[in-house]
Amino acid sequence: MTFLIQQTLIYAVPLMIVALAGVFAERSGIINLALEGIMIFGAFMGVLFVNLSQNAGWFIQAKADGNWVALQGFEILAMLAAALAGMVFSLLLSFASINLRADQTIGGTALNLMAPALVLFFIRLIANQNTLQMATGDSASWFMIKKTTLGFDKDADLGFIGNTLLHKVYLSTYICIILFVILSVLLYTTRFGLRMRSCGENPQAADSLGINVYKMRYAGVSISGALAGMGGFVYALTTANCTSNGDVAGFGFLALAVMIFGNWKPLNIALASLLFGLFKCIAAAYSSLDINGDGVYMLTQIGISSHVYRLLPYVITLVVLAFTSKGSRAPKAEGIPYDKSTR
Amino acid sequence: MNPLQRKEAFRKILSSLISIAFGLLVGAVIVLIVGLVNDNISLKGAWEGIRLIFIGILSTGRNASGTLTWGFNPSSVGNMLFRATPLIMTGLSVALAFKTGLFNIGAPGQYLMGTLATLYIALSIPSGAMPEVIIWLLAFLGGVLAGALWGAIPGLAKAFLNINEVLACIMTNWIAANLVTWAFDVSNLKNMVEGTKSGYIYKTTYGLVDGQYVSGAGVSTLKLGLDKLFPGSQVNGGIIVAILLAIGVYILINKTTLGYELKACGANRHAARYAGIHDKRNIVLSMALSGALAAAGASLYYLSGNTEFFWSTYQSLPAAGFNGIPVALLALNNPIGVIFSALFMAMLDIVGLQLTNLTAYNEYITDVIIAVIVYLSAFSLAIRMFIAGKAKKREAEAEAKAEAEGDDAEGDDAVEPAAEVLKGGDEA
Repeated sequence: MTFLIQQTLIYAVPLMIVALAGVFAERSGIINLALEGIMIFGAFMGVLFVNLSQNAGWFIQAKADGNWVALQGFEILAMLAAALAGMVFSLLLSFASINLRADQTIGGTALNLMAPALVLFFIRLIANQNTLQMATGDSASWFMIKKTTLGFDKDADLGFIGNTLLHKVYLSTYICIILFVILSVLLYTTRFGLRMRSCGENPQAADSLGINVYKMRYAGVSISGALAGMGGFVYALTTANCTSNGDVAGFGFLALAVMIFGNWKPLNIALASLLFGLFKCIAAAYSSLDINGDGVYMLTQIGISSHVYRLLPYVITLVVLAFTSKGSRAPKAEGIPYDKSTR
Repeated sequence: MNPLQRKEAFRKILSSLISIAFGLLVGAVIVLIVGLVNDNISLKGAWEGIRLIFIGILSTGRNASGTLTWGFNPSSVGNMLFRATPLIMTGLSVALAFKTGLFNIGAPGQYLMGTLATLYIALSIPSGAMPEVIIWLLAFLGGVLAGALWGAIPGLAKAFLNINEVLACIMTNWIAANLVTWAFDVSNLKNMVEGTKSGYIYKTTYGLVDGQYVSGAGVSTLKLGLDKLFPGSQVNGGIIVAILLAIGVYILINKTTLGYELKACGANRHAARYAGIHDKRNIVLSMALSGALAAAGASLYYLSGNTEFFWSTYQSLPAAGFNGIPVALLALNNPIGVIFSALFMAMLDIVGLQLTNLTAYNEYITDVIIAVIVYLSAFSLAIRMFIAGKAKKREAEAEAKAEAEGDDAEGDDAVEPAAEVLKGGDEA
């Protein structure tokens, strides 16, 4: 059960934060189809940051001393680097869709094509292979929080909750959850959030009340880019052993599905990402999953193919789209370039 | 074509050429910067890289003294034609959907479903059960049908449930990726004969003889003498099928009632319905046709006999599907233009291979170039306006010189930009 919850969280957290990234862009009126591309770019820059810092000798001493607080700081720095990279990359989308009033779906598709190409081009030059890894060690030994890092004995039993939440976990998981809450509050209860959402619903009205629609949309896409970039790195850190290979296995598109399934609302998105994370986890660990610890591999005995669990999130999203398209809470003005002269 | 239309068409082509030039330039600049920064690459290496980006198709490798040699390279050109085949088809798929007001980002999924059906049919019929040509045709048509059905799903969702086709297409893409992986996982079509090729499905040249797969007993597309024309390449008759289909799509869109109705629905669904056109039927039909075209690309590619399919594809979508989008955008959704833009994209592919083989650079730079071109196509309207603005400025200056009365010119100025916005909007 502990394993199930931890693995589900590991898959759910990047989905959740990237889906929120999608919400920020769409609420401000820009469809961010480039989530996948921005994740790939963020993952690459985060891993590159880790790789270069290690090569430069930073944090090597901290690692040798077992100074885990410094190492967690290192992880946060890498997350920030990825967020910054994602934000800069997303400026390409903002510039095209806000200033040049380009087609947002095509612009997003362009970014999705560009990210893996750029990333693989540089990875091949840097590493002479198609995967960029950490310079030394792996993500578990550098960044994972274990009982022993927290000062507990190796054999100590921390109880169910302790075992689940404090042993073999990444700080990034909790940072993302906290960020998710803070940013949801920002978007739904503050003046800034209200203004941003108004730009996605009725930009003409917002403009007439003195809100700068262009600035708000830039802000929305930039926050979106930062979150997606960070989400990409968190994905690489927690599920891909801190490596980058120009691919995030369609997580960006799955996050888009989470956003739609969650009907653009934070609480629903959190639940949806947990559900989709659970499916991902079951599909990945299917045959070794012992849910209640009695030595019976229930899922294997049910005999449903792991392909079913991989398929389900997309099928469910399509079905949900079918049922909710009438009462959808999708922002009304999303995808429409704002033209001041139509006010 | 009246003068206004001709001017517009000229601007469109010019904007495409500008996109291409800019994309290549970005590629060259990246190559140059990397060459300057990277110690392993000399300035001479960077210069070689830049030349390969622009005219890599004419590269014939290196001579004994290690300098690049240039000239007509039949195997490069033949491989370009071979690689252009699926791109023409996916490009047609996206272009047809664009013409009818739909963004078919589902081409990768339709391509995968075409692959699935084609390979299943081609490899399941025992060799000798029927003539090879019949097996080939059945496999091709089966793939096309599978793609049409798969494309119809987002079409139905759009027509009857008002679901954005982009979202529906993204979902069906990933469903297809998982379905195809599943179907091949439980099949016995996985290549077991060649031990080194784990994870691949048999080429269609393998045939079922007494329950065993035997190399050379299967089917492959006829070469039609093209292999004599371009020795050492993979080219086959598929390219001719693709070109004929492109002409067919051109006729369908521009010369038939159905094509007119499809375009009318794309221009304005409600107006079309008011005019007595079945808008819902046409949306489904348009997506189904698009799906069929994308799947035909997959069928032609895998029936060639020298390509094999990596079956565990649930985490990735085929690039040939996505690359249909830049092909269509560059061709401005003109089916005949698609042939040329697909050839251009296939040429970039070859250029990438040459870069990998001959220099320290790698093939991904050409994907960057493609992405830049798509990015620019997203605001081709802005580029066209810019060109038009320049032209108008020149006209205005000429007029000011002539000091004409100018009451006509004013009227022109007011109307033209509006017309452009409308036309641009139709395509987007």
